[in-house]
Amino acid sequence: MSSNVKAQVAVSRQYEKENRTLAVWRRLRSNPGAVVGLIILAAMVLMMIYSFLFISYQDIYTINSKNRFAPPSSQHLFGTDESGRDLAKRIAYGSRYSLAVAFGAVAIGVIVGTFFGAIAGYFGGWVDNLIMRISDIMSSIPSTLLGMVIVTILGPNLLNLLIAVGVTNIAGFIRMARASVLTTKNNEYVEAARAIGMSEFRIIFTQVLPNSLSPLIVTATARMATSILAAAGLSFLGFGIAAPRPEWGALISGSRNFITYAPHLCTFPGLFIMLLAFACALLGDGLRDALDPKLKK
Amino acid sequence: MSNKAIETAGSQQAVITNNEDIVLEVQDLVVHYVLKKSVVEAVNGVSFKLKKKRAIGLVGETGAGKTTTALAIMNLVPNPPGVIKNGKITVCGKDILSMKPHQLEKIRGKDISMIFQDPMTSLNPVMTVGDQIAESVRLHEHVGRKEAMDRAIEMLELVGIPGERAYDYPHQFSGGMKQRVVIAIALACNPSVLIADEPTTALDVTIQAQVLSMMNDLKEKCNTALVMITHDLGVVAKMCDEVAVLYAGSIVEYGTLEDVFNRTMHPYTEGLFNSLPKINNRHVPLKPIPGLMPDPTRLPPGCAFAERCRYATDACRAKKPELRRVSDTHTVACSRYDEPGFSIEGWRHG
Repeated sequence: MSSNVKAQVAVSRQYEKENRTLAVWRRLRSNPGAVVGLIILAAMVLMMIYSFLFISYQDIYTINSKNRFAPPSSQHLFGTDESGRDLAKRIAYGSRYSLAVAFGAVAIGVIVGTFFGAIAGYFGGWVDNLIMRISDIMSSIPSTLLGMVIVTILGPNLLNLLIAVGVTNIAGFIRMARASVLTTKNNEYVEAARAIGMSEFRIIFTQVLPNSLSPLIVTATARMATSILAAAGLSFLGFGIAAPRPEWGALISGSRNFITYAPHLCTFPGLFIMLLAFACALLGDGLRDALDPKLKK
Repeated sequence: MSNKAIETAGSQQAVITNNEDIVLEVQDLVVHYVLKKSVVEAVNGVSFKLKKKRAIGLVGETGAGKTTTALAIMNLVPNPPGVIKNGKITVCGKDILSMKPHQLEKIRGKDISMIFQDPMTSLNPVMTVGDQIAESVRLHEHVGRKEAMDRAIEMLELVGIPGERAYDYPHQFSGGMKQRVVIAIALACNPSVLIADEPTTALDVTIQAQVLSMMNDLKEKCNTALVMITHDLGVVAKMCDEVAVLYAGSIVEYGTLEDVFNRTMHPYTEGLFNSLPKINNRHVPLKPIPGLMPDPTRLPPGCAFAERCRYATDACRAKKPELRRVSDTHTVACSRYDEPGFSIEGWRHG
């Protein structure tokens, strides 16, 4: 009997490896939208790596007043800006800031917001009231103002900008997670988990949250674009990445005065922000489907 | 009142039986759901005992308090609105109702386990069934992930599912197989008491029979005592050694299977049997019990069944009946037995 079981276990382990570690990836791969999203994101990451290796500080900051506002050409793929600097290089260099802000700020929002939202929704009562009222206070302060206050306290740099934008994301995720948990927590499998002696926190993180993820994933991908723009807004006001650094949002706000004269200066950074948001949304949709075992084909 | 009768009954029984054999004891349990405008009196003084490897059936209509009793045994009555007003529940010598949450977590699943009614909804849809069984093992025993998984696979084979299906998700199983998985989860840590809350209601009859006979086998193999909650008297006849008939939150008749089925005393039990269709004599019209269970927020002062009972007298409506001992094992709550010579018609065997 036991050797039989062991043989079966060995067989099952193989089966498991194929089935579980690859299943999500396989499902993701079979979703064309997710593949497009992945390719765009991979290209952006490659661009970032390229900028670390081959684009020097000089390339980005050296002013060349003879070649201002050059339109896109074979020499300057996206043209040059008001100081004659190559826009393509600046966008490539700036990807490190923008990707960091997009993913970092959303990660802060998702992790902190989901944690507190899930606790509020699951336990209810005074815990819920306390968390939701704090979240109400947070969302009643204009997000730009809140970001400015945080950066002022912590000091202007990339990390603090990321924290500031992340904190403004938290309230939304608290609401979203709470609503989602409220509908999931009354399922019978939650009661069943309690009946086998699972602790409340373990129930939240192994039973309730994995079943409440779909709306969170979709919201998270949607927040990436708005986070970049929020960071750009803060940078523009001087609370963030200082002006000559080519963060994408900062590139747009920096060139807004020349929008009629040299529209490519706004167009290309905007295009990249849009592409990033688009890729994240596609990937998020695909990820949501791939993580749901019921949709397995 | 009624608890006094059962207490004396209990102490007499204790002389006869070995107390150490008793794995579950419920004494005078009272559970109310306190709502804003009213109080639902769900369970009103339920007492019973269960010995090792024995099975008791809690029988009654919807709303009789069966599930609430089961949840109270696990100390899982949702609070608010549920309040356990009175009673003592002892599982393997441990007083369940006075335990702190972290102590309860150690008991649940290990000493006492529960199978829920609907297998379709009692499994987590995003976890493989193997993981869900292994989770139960890992909660109570200090074993590694791999050992827990091996145990899960063994449990699956025990309930008749090929081990390699441990890595499948619940939606890939049929209803009967899901219920087997649920049973495997409940039995993974060898509990002394297993509560089954209508475990076969959601299954079709052929699967019902399979699941029931499997539960019977496992009960023997795992030395588990069983509390079977059901409204199906056929299930009780197949699975149980003792029967408690519940009506409006109280036990109206309690005894061995023989006592309740063949020496039926209470008019309500009689009515339950008469409501069953007779498979051999299809021309006999069904005799359902007239009326409905009383509103649990406004239970009558007297016998709760009096309104629907064809033997009822004014005395029944005035005073709550006490549980009276008929034999060592058989008790019934009906005031009419105060009159010497009273007996019910009895139900006709099908």
